[in-house]
Amino acid sequence: MNLQLMSKSRETFDVRSVRSEFEILAREVYGKPLAYLDSAASAQKPRAVLAAMSQFASNEYANVHRGVHYLSAKATERYEAARETLRRFVNAAHSNEIVFTRSGTEAINLVASSYLAARIQAGDEIVLTTMEHHSNIVPWHFLRERQGAILKWVDVDEDGALDADAIDAAITAQTKLVAVAHMSNVLGTVSPLREIVRRAHAKGVPVLADGCQGAVHEIVDVQNLDVDFYVLTGHKLYGPTGIGALYAKHAHLNAMRPFNGGGEMIAEVAREKVTYAEPPARFEAGTPPIIEAVGLGKAVDWLSSLDRQAVAEHEQRLLTHATAEIERFGWARIIGRAPGKGTILSFEAEGMHAHDIATILDREGVAVRAGHHCAQPLMERFGAASTTRASFALYNTHSEVEAMIAALHKVRRILG
Amino acid sequence: MTVMDDSLRELYQEVILDHSRHPRNFGALAAATHRGEGYNPLCGDRVKVYLHVGGAGRIDDVSFEGKGCAISQASASLMTEMIKGRTVSESQVLMSGFLHLAKGDATTGLEGEDRERLDVMAGVSAFPMRVKCATLAWHTMRSALEEGGISAHAK
Repeated sequence: MNLQLMSKSRETFDVRSVRSEFEILAREVYGKPLAYLDSAASAQKPRAVLAAMSQFASNEYANVHRGVHYLSAKATERYEAARETLRRFVNAAHSNEIVFTRSGTEAINLVASSYLAARIQAGDEIVLTTMEHHSNIVPWHFLRERQGAILKWVDVDEDGALDADAIDAAITAQTKLVAVAHMSNVLGTVSPLREIVRRAHAKGVPVLADGCQGAVHEIVDVQNLDVDFYVLTGHKLYGPTGIGALYAKHAHLNAMRPFNGGGEMIAEVAREKVTYAEPPARFEAGTPPIIEAVGLGKAVDWLSSLDRQAVAEHEQRLLTHATAEIERFGWARIIGRAPGKGTILSFEAEGMHAHDIATILDREGVAVRAGHHCAQPLMERFGAASTTRASFALYNTHSEVEAMIAALHKVRRILG
Repeated sequence: MTVMDDSLRELYQEVILDHSRHPRNFGALAAATHRGEGYNPLCGDRVKVYLHVGGAGRIDDVSFEGKGCAISQASASLMTEMIKGRTVSESQVLMSGFLHLAKGDATTGLEGEDRERLDVMAGVSAFPMRVKCATLAWHTMRSALEEGGISAHAK
């Protein structure tokens, strides 16, 4: 490891000062200091986000796009400002290309239902990869069940790397969409997204990227990527639960039919007919998660205020540290070794089940995920019933990595 | 030297680890009259239970197959030892007692040697997220007996 690089980026990234923003990280569990290594499942929220939500709800809250009164105007302004913040975060050309949803999952279901369902017929194909999260699998299964679509699976290699050539090779004249994770929640693999989009577009096929993990760790530029749909979720981005966002090119949104029906998404409702609002309102039926949108806007602003390159280097150092220690065990198999992978570390341990490992780690204060990580096709591909997964976020420290390693030695003593 | 958390010691005691490392009655049962498959969607663990129910509703033979955590494997292994030779209704009474035990209920209805032998699993009640691991095989045994008659399946 380059020590000069280490000390240099430590100057621009002070993990102690970042941690002080997260009250929960100072707590103990079972009398042990908490080592929260499960941010890929859900990240903790900085004080700034919680304060922004509370301040908004306490002082400026009302429904949006409805009333003529002062608070409604104020709330609408805040809600739309959050949309503009998200636009900037992913570098979309226009804020009307950002649709607020209840989750990343809902955003993918929206694309399946409002975009692809109207464009797919029996025998048409959807290309996806074996490293997808269930939320980027099941909506496409719906189209298989209901409309006879065919799911074409592109496999990752033994290291968990994804090759744009393999995606390219899977695309045929019947392909209507490529759906791919920007970053795998199990392997940490970062997709060659720009190349995938380039290849798919050369054959006239649009691409949806599931950025629920990717947006947290990568700098996203949807214009540069030229991706058609990009999905993210609030709660992994240090923001609140109950909100996600869909970026979609305006031409797509404009041609898409509504998703849910209700208030806000209409132009005019009569007894015999209804006309719909322009995007993004067309896809935001009902009262949206207003307070959560404000919180997500704040989370994104907060994250963007940090030196993200320094954050990425810090997270990578934690991953390198933990990887080296686990490799030394000799009884653990790391799943996911793609070059340039993100800060997710999944492993299987000889003769020990992930749930037993996680239970013992938990009693040592170390929170990790155990199981299939909502990615069963991937588990099957690697012949693993379940894995233990540690994920590293900007607030994690080397002493937390050490706490996990010490706890894993204890696991071995108990179960090994 | 770290002191081991008492509840962990209770959960991963030697009997449990022994059953999980060397599961008894493991494998398929060719002559089974009943079989069931249990699945825990939380962790993806699967277990298959095979039973041979003979005259007077007695479980002459029983086995299980599956991959899972130490708790689920040990519980399944222990279960097969304990229900072999009992009648179907006796096994159901035992199961109901075990479910109470795993949840940490004050009264389980288990008595004598049954209570003593199953007591090794009582530690799981301190781990609410793990109770389902312990009960998976037992629920599978019940569904095998209630709905898993092999001749019924053939029809």
